[in-house]
Amino acid sequence: MSKKLDFKVLFMKNIVPVIFLLMTAIMMPFSGYSGKFLVQEIVTRLGRDTFLVLALLIPLMAGMGINFGLGLGAMASQIALVFVTDWHVTGVSGVLLAMLISTPISLVFGLFGGYLLNNAKGREMITSYVLGFFMLGAYQIIVLFGMGSIIPIGDEGLLLSRGFGIRNTIMLDGVAGSFDTLLDRLFGFRVQIADIGIPVVTILVVALLCLLTWWFRRTKLGQEIRAVGQDMGVSAASGINVSRTRIISMLISTVLAGYGYIVFMQNVSVMPVYTGANTVATYAAAALLVGGATASKAGIPGVIFGVALFHLLFIVTPMAANRIFGAAEVAEYFRLFISYSIIALALVLNGWNAKKEKDRALFGHRNRGGDRINTADAQPEPATPK
Amino acid sequence: MSGLIKKIGWPRLIIGLFLTGLFIACPFVGVNIQFAVNDVMGRFGMNLVLILSLVPMIQSGCGLNFGVPLGIVSGAFGAVCSVELQATGFMGILTAMLIACSFAIVIGLIYGNILNRIKGDEMIISTYVSMAFVGFMCLLWVRLLPFKNPLLLYGFGGSVFKPQIPLSNHWAGVLDKVLYFKIGPVIEVPVGLFLIGALCCFLMWLFFRSKLGTAMTAAGSNPEYARAAGVSIDKMRLISVVMSTSIAALGMIIYYQHYTFVQLYMTPINLMLPTVAAILIGGAAIRKATITNVIIGTFLFQGVVTVGPMVAGSAFGDIADALRLVISNGMILYALTRKEQR
Repeated sequence: MSKKLDFKVLFMKNIVPVIFLLMTAIMMPFSGYSGKFLVQEIVTRLGRDTFLVLALLIPLMAGMGINFGLGLGAMASQIALVFVTDWHVTGVSGVLLAMLISTPISLVFGLFGGYLLNNAKGREMITSYVLGFFMLGAYQIIVLFGMGSIIPIGDEGLLLSRGFGIRNTIMLDGVAGSFDTLLDRLFGFRVQIADIGIPVVTILVVALLCLLTWWFRRTKLGQEIRAVGQDMGVSAASGINVSRTRIISMLISTVLAGYGYIVFMQNVSVMPVYTGANTVATYAAAALLVGGATASKAGIPGVIFGVALFHLLFIVTPMAANRIFGAAEVAEYFRLFISYSIIALALVLNGWNAKKEKDRALFGHRNRGGDRINTADAQPEPATPK
Repeated sequence: MSGLIKKIGWPRLIIGLFLTGLFIACPFVGVNIQFAVNDVMGRFGMNLVLILSLVPMIQSGCGLNFGVPLGIVSGAFGAVCSVELQATGFMGILTAMLIACSFAIVIGLIYGNILNRIKGDEMIISTYVSMAFVGFMCLLWVRLLPFKNPLLLYGFGGSVFKPQIPLSNHWAGVLDKVLYFKIGPVIEVPVGLFLIGALCCFLMWLFFRSKLGTAMTAAGSNPEYARAAGVSIDKMRLISVVMSTSIAALGMIIYYQHYTFVQLYMTPINLMLPTVAAILIGGAAIRKATITNVIIGTFLFQGVVTVGPMVAGSAFGDIADALRLVISNGMILYALTRKEQR
C-alpha cells in the first residue's frame, strides 16, 4: 500500500522529464538522424548551454523561482562582445576580455533586478520575465542609438549604414571556437572519441562551475541562501539579512548568465544583437525544467540531464514533425511550441503538486490518528483518564 | 495640490504630460495634428474592449491576465472561420463573434480549471500556458486545418495560412461606418466603434453591480470573508476567467474590423504585454481595476504608442519601438513591485 503510493508520488514528481523522454523516444525513429550525429550534437550543445542553465540555480535556491530575467546577463555580454569585436581582440584573450567587461555591467543590471524582485516577493518569476523585456528596451536605446554616436565604435562594419547603431547580427569570427577548439589548435589535431569531436576546454569550464556551485552550497553564504529559500520569516528571525541575500543571489545569477552567454556565443559565433538575450533565457528555463527541476528545487545532475534531453527534443521533434506532416514550416513553430509547453507544463504541474502537498499536510494534521491509523507514525492515542 | 496629484497618481500624471508634450511637438516636427488625433481615436476604439477584458480576472483575484493571447487567438480563429464561410457585412462580424466567443468559452473553461489548481503563480503560468497554446495554434495554421478559401491560404498548394488575412471584402469597418461622420478633411469619427465600446463598458459596469459581480469582487478582495458569506471562490475565479477570455475574443474581432487584417502565428503574443500595460497605466492595480482605469489607460497608452512614433519617426528614427518597450514594461514592473493596498 505505502510502496504503491511512493511510486505514484515519485512518478508525479518526475512527470515532466518522463513525458518528454517518452515523446523523444517515440519521435526518434521518424527524424531519420543517425545516432552518431545526435551524440555529436548533444556533446556540442552540452558544452554550449550548461553554463547558462547553471546560472539559474542560485536564485532557485534562494526561493526566487526561475530567473526569467537571465537575459539581463546576456545583454551585458552582448555589449561586451560588441566591444571585443570592435577592438579585434581575438581567441581566448578575447573571450576573457569580454567576460571582464561584462562583469561590471552584469553587476549593475543584477543589482537593479535584485532590488526590484525584493519588492515583488511571491511573484518573482513574472517580475523577472517582464524585467527581461524592460531591459531589452533600455538595451536597445544604448546599442541602437548610443553606440557609434556617444560610445565610440571604430569598426564601421559593425554599424548600420546610417552611421550609428549596431547591425542586427554580428559575426564573432574573432572569438569563435576559442574554448571549443583550443586544445585542437594547441595539439594540432582534432580531439575526438570515436569520431565525435569533444570541446574539451568548454567542458572543463562547465565542470569547474559545477564544482564551484557544489562548493558554494556548503559555504556560510550558500547555507544562508538556502535558508532564505526555505522560509524568509524564520531566516530573518535568525539574523539573516533576507533582502541582501536575495540581491546577492541575483547578482551571482546575472554575472554567471553573462559568462554563460559568452561561452554560448564562442560556439554559435553569430550574434543576434536585438533578439538573442530573452530567447536564450527561455531556452535555459525550459532545459532546467525538462530536467525535472521544480520551481523550488534543482540539482546539478538534473541540469546536465535537462540540457541533454532538451536539445535532443529540440533536434529530433521538429524534424520528425516535418517528416510526419510533410511541411518545412512546421519545424520552426514546433520548436517554439516545445519550449513554451515544457515551461507551461512544468510550472502547472509543480504548482499543482505543491498545492496538493500543502493540502495533504493540512489534511494530515486535522485527521491525526484517524485516516492514517494504519501507518506506523500514527499510533492510536492511549486513552488518558483525567 | 498634492492631494490632487495623489488622486491622479504619478505614473498617470507623467504619461499624461508626456502625451500632451507629444501633441504639442507635432507641428514642430512636421506631423499633421489632425492625422494624430484621427489615429489616436481609431486605436482607442479598436483596443478598448480588448483591454476591458482584463477587468473580471483582476477583480476576482487572478491577477493580471497574461493569458490574454488565449482570447486573442480565439478571436483570430473566429475571424478566419467567418472568412472561410464567406460571411460578409454585419452577418460576417456576428458570425466571427459567435464562433470566437464559443471557442473562447471552451478555452476559458480549461484555462480557468488550470488556474484553480494552482494558486500563487497564476501570472507566470498564464504567460507560458498562453504562449504554448499560441505555439500550438501556429502548428494548426501551418498544416492541420482543412480550410479551403484561397483568400486565407498561400497559393502554392497545401493548407498553409498567410500571416496576414485581409478583411476588406468581408467585414472590415462595418462597425466604424455606423453613424460615421467627418470633421474637416482628415478626422473620421468611428461612432459605431465607440458605441460598441461604450456598450461593453456599460455592461461590465452593470455586471459588477449585480449579485454575481459583487460576489466576484468579494472573492478577489477578501477571500476569507467571501467564503464565510457562502461564495465559492473557485467558481467565481472560473467565471471570471471564462468572461475575460471570451471578452478578449470579442475585443479582438472589434480590433480586426478596424485594423482590416487578421494577424496569425505569433502575433497574439506581441499584444500580451501592451494590453496588460495599458490597464495599469490607467491606474489599475494587481487586484483592483475599474472601468475608468480601462478608459483612461487605453487612451493614454494608445495615445503614446500612436503619436510617439509619429513624432519620433521624424526626429530619431526607430527609437519609438525601444521607448514603447521601456514604457509598457516599466509600467508593469511598477505595478508588480508596488506594495499591495487592500
